[in-house]
Amino acid sequence: MTDKKTAEPGKAPDLEKLEDGRLVLNMGPSHPAMHGIVRLLLTVEGERVAGSDIEIGYLHRGFEKTCENVTYNQCVPYTDRLNYVSPFINNVGYALAVEKLMGVETTARCKYVRVIMSELSRLTDHLTCIGANAMELAAFTVYFYLINAREELYKLTDSVAGGRITPAYTRVGGLTRDLPADFKRDTAEVFKKVRKNISDADKLLTRNRIFYDRLHGTGHISKEDALALSFTGPALRSTGVPLDVRKATPYLVYDRFDFDIPVGSNGDNYDRYLVRLEEMKQSMRIVEQALAQLPDGPINHPGFDVSLPPKAEVYGNIEALMAHFKLTFEGVKPPKGEVYQAVEGGNGEVGFYIVSDGTGHPWRVRLRPPCFPLTGGLSKMIQGGYLADIISTFGQINMIGGELER
Amino acid sequence: MTSYLLDTLKNRFPEAVLETHAFRGDETAVVKKEALLEAAAFLKQELGFDMLMDLTAADYLPREPRFELVCHFYSTTHNYRLRLKCPVEAHDAAVDSLTPLWAGANWFEREVYDMFGIKFNGHPDLRRILMYDGFEGHPLRKDYPLKKRQPRMLHKD
Repeated sequence: MTDKKTAEPGKAPDLEKLEDGRLVLNMGPSHPAMHGIVRLLLTVEGERVAGSDIEIGYLHRGFEKTCENVTYNQCVPYTDRLNYVSPFINNVGYALAVEKLMGVETTARCKYVRVIMSELSRLTDHLTCIGANAMELAAFTVYFYLINAREELYKLTDSVAGGRITPAYTRVGGLTRDLPADFKRDTAEVFKKVRKNISDADKLLTRNRIFYDRLHGTGHISKEDALALSFTGPALRSTGVPLDVRKATPYLVYDRFDFDIPVGSNGDNYDRYLVRLEEMKQSMRIVEQALAQLPDGPINHPGFDVSLPPKAEVYGNIEALMAHFKLTFEGVKPPKGEVYQAVEGGNGEVGFYIVSDGTGHPWRVRLRPPCFPLTGGLSKMIQGGYLADIISTFGQINMIGGELER
Repeated sequence: MTSYLLDTLKNRFPEAVLETHAFRGDETAVVKKEALLEAAAFLKQELGFDMLMDLTAADYLPREPRFELVCHFYSTTHNYRLRLKCPVEAHDAAVDSLTPLWAGANWFEREVYDMFGIKFNGHPDLRRILMYDGFEGHPLRKDYPLKKRQPRMLHKD
């Protein structure tokens, strides 16, 4: 953990020689591999990391405070900006939490669409993670292969929700709009391309000597440490713990699909990479099954106290007009109480803890960001390793600033 | 509502458990803050709750006790969740740290300290985490104004 001699933020930040010959090295926040917003204060002995202090807080925007001052549905666009490479998962997690608080259940079609969009988001999340990680380790070609695949997926989700990375797709009790008419066909075409690009990246990376050596055995964490540090997602599964919220406590309709949870055995960066690679294939499996089973029907909850009435009703029916007014100005009003709803995000468990005081504004919204404990555990993972290994370890924990600091 | 888990907790700590409920299926126990560490240790060592999934707080101004510390536990062996809460008064906003039991509590508690000003006894490194040194007040407290300005800081170098 923190070395007493290093953790003095007021002191000269650059290069300082300690009495025993070790150096204090400042990495980030403006370092390309630190993804912009994390500062590592490292104590190094030659090339080895002897101690580190991780400083975050450069992207704190007061998400939780803001949510306390707007209505439940107005929080949805803010949730896009948490994990901005997998926005649909945050949208879905938030909507599920509020629905659980209200005790309502959405329609069958809405559940399927939410599953499909969540899985497409997981794909974009993992593609970004592996692509960026490969680029930082000098495999620039792979980055383009994977980012092109992500771009195809963004176009697909754009056609559904009307936004590439900030779709604000869910509403309490439903969705903003239904899937477009050609969605099934488009998805099949996009998946063809995504499969090809992933397979190309797989061929370039998985058995590549340089990539393997940079990832294998670096950033190691044991199963016990990972559990004690509250790790979830690929980082925990790489140590061999098969914890995935989609299987452990299935939400939406995840219990109707056949998919596997890949686990690693070494708890190192290479296992995390393999887990992510396999999860992308599993996500495509889920989407294809969900599209095959997709039922017809409405996408919004029929209750006028939950979701906005259809426009035709609003103009022709006084009840609907009143409901529209009340929902727009006062918002949905869950009963007094508190809930915690977890969904499986790209990095692990995304949990929303919401407290209602019975009014149209949440009393407290808390997001459990999966990469917060991961970044907290980074010190442990880089301890004793080479300086250069920090790049691969930091890349594989997939720190997303928006979610880390809210 | 009866639940094996909540009953066990009540029988083990008859004095300390103030209230239990299972609103929307989330089993919750409210314990006195003096017993928090002991109850958490019991959950971890005897009931198999090996993960501290989340630790946060909520401000219920003007109610007294004002704050509530909220911990979510998860057991990977039993696939079970439990919420443990403890009331914290404003005049003595300090709780025992859970870092001896879960190393992951370190950052969660730093965030609660930063956002709510609740101190954690026995925490190895209690400083602000999202805000900077010199920030005035605790932003998630209900009496912290939404548009409050902070004093200008001198550039340190």
